[in-house]
Amino acid sequence: MEEVQTRKPFFDRVMASTPGGNTLLGCLQCGTCGGSCPSGPDMDATPRKLFAMARANMEEDVLLSNAPWYCVSCYYCTVRCPQEIPITDLMYTFKRMAIESGHYNAESHADFSQSFCGYIEHYGRSFEFGLATRYHLTHHPLQMVRKTGLGFQMIQKGRLNTAPDRIHDMPQLTAILTEAKRIATEDEL
Amino acid sequence: MSQEHNAYGYYPGCSLKATAHAYGDSTERVAEVLGLTLNEVADWNCCGATEYMSLSAIPAYSLIARNLSLAAAQGHQEMISPCSACYLNLRKANDSMAKYPALNEKVNRALGAGGLHYDPNSLHIRHLLDMMVEDVGYETIAEHVTKPLSGLKVACYYGCLIVRPRTDGYNPEYPMHLDRLMQTLGAKVVDFPLKTHCCGGHMTQISEETAFELIRRLLHNAADYGADMIVTVCPMCQLNLDAYQPQVNAMFGTNYEIPILFFTQLMGLAFGIPAREVGMGAEITSAAPALGKIGHEEMEPARPKRRDKKSLPMPQP
Repeated sequence: MEEVQTRKPFFDRVMASTPGGNTLLGCLQCGTCGGSCPSGPDMDATPRKLFAMARANMEEDVLLSNAPWYCVSCYYCTVRCPQEIPITDLMYTFKRMAIESGHYNAESHADFSQSFCGYIEHYGRSFEFGLATRYHLTHHPLQMVRKTGLGFQMIQKGRLNTAPDRIHDMPQLTAILTEAKRIATEDEL
Repeated sequence: MSQEHNAYGYYPGCSLKATAHAYGDSTERVAEVLGLTLNEVADWNCCGATEYMSLSAIPAYSLIARNLSLAAAQGHQEMISPCSACYLNLRKANDSMAKYPALNEKVNRALGAGGLHYDPNSLHIRHLLDMMVEDVGYETIAEHVTKPLSGLKVACYYGCLIVRPRTDGYNPEYPMHLDRLMQTLGAKVVDFPLKTHCCGGHMTQISEETAFELIRRLLHNAADYGADMIVTVCPMCQLNLDAYQPQVNAMFGTNYEIPILFFTQLMGLAFGIPAREVGMGAEITSAAPALGKIGHEEMEPARPKRRDKKSLPMPQP
């Protein structure tokens, strides 16, 4: 893909990749989003600031921000935004663009999402036991002892299955996701 | 939306088969008592939780839409989801496909690769709590109460996704329908200002510092108002507040022991269903002392069945 010359500005791509994203043009910079955010204190830039940066096409700075990765998807910002901007959905867009461009912050949790989705693509269902062991062994090996204690309790109470559930028609789901991924690459720009 | 029929399509979601089996068990038993038929959508798949949308949008919507398509093809007009995250995803896919024709076209092209199709809005997606209060109604629920929860003080915790981002009648920051339901069961509902604040979501897995502070605030708020327990409508909220409570105590030097139960478990107890049948004992922070207040005996934890008495409990193929 010889995209460099034909690529639209970052801000346009952000809006185009988000259903309802063009409402971003009406951002008042009021800061209600950041003020409503439960993980605001952990973010290096609030959503308000990220939107100003996006509007200035500061692509790399936006994608390297840790803010989207601290979004807990609680939608407080979205329901409180006076301009009805789908802020939570824009955080997902920033995450997707960061993963696609490989430009993400060390604090990002892209591989958590990727591991989680890997199991869905294999079994059609989530698999918490596999996710917990794989992700935590690579990321927090020192916390594993504590987590293992909880894991045993969960297994004992029948709350953690050690073998994954699977759906019957995996070939159908695979066909759908394969086609969906193809469609996603053909028109993202 | 109260209709003549009392049969619904049912999308339990992955959590109800594992971490929240108490929610699944109690939902089934309560539905039975109320004469509701919940028909599980055959071969449903994971909704993608809060993760798939971070990777790629069209596949994320297509993953969700397979469920919508299957449910509609299986003859359902309404689909009930007890999990708030599933509810949000299912509804969001439907609503976005209805609102954005380009998205609808792409998702249906992907579905077509699996021989499926979905017409947006052919399915009405609802959360279990909404169905209980809107279709069954407070009066009918009250008629089934044989053991009122008198003397039990509960904090009603809605979490985020059942009330946001929807804007169709329920207050997105201070809803009251779970409060009214609990009062109908005879419980005393305490004020709970943080009732729609976040439980931390997936942050318990990736940033404990972020998640545990959010959990601490919720526990602190419920304790401040004298709640014996927190009642929830979401598997994620239950897991975070219940299973991580000891770790939150360790991090902040607190000693909360607030049980976190699903609203259907309390409906079951109030309907006189034996505690074990509504998944009591599956919680990490024991509800036994709180339930002692309403005359329920302490429960042995529900253990999974051994599939074969002789073999070791190894993963099954």
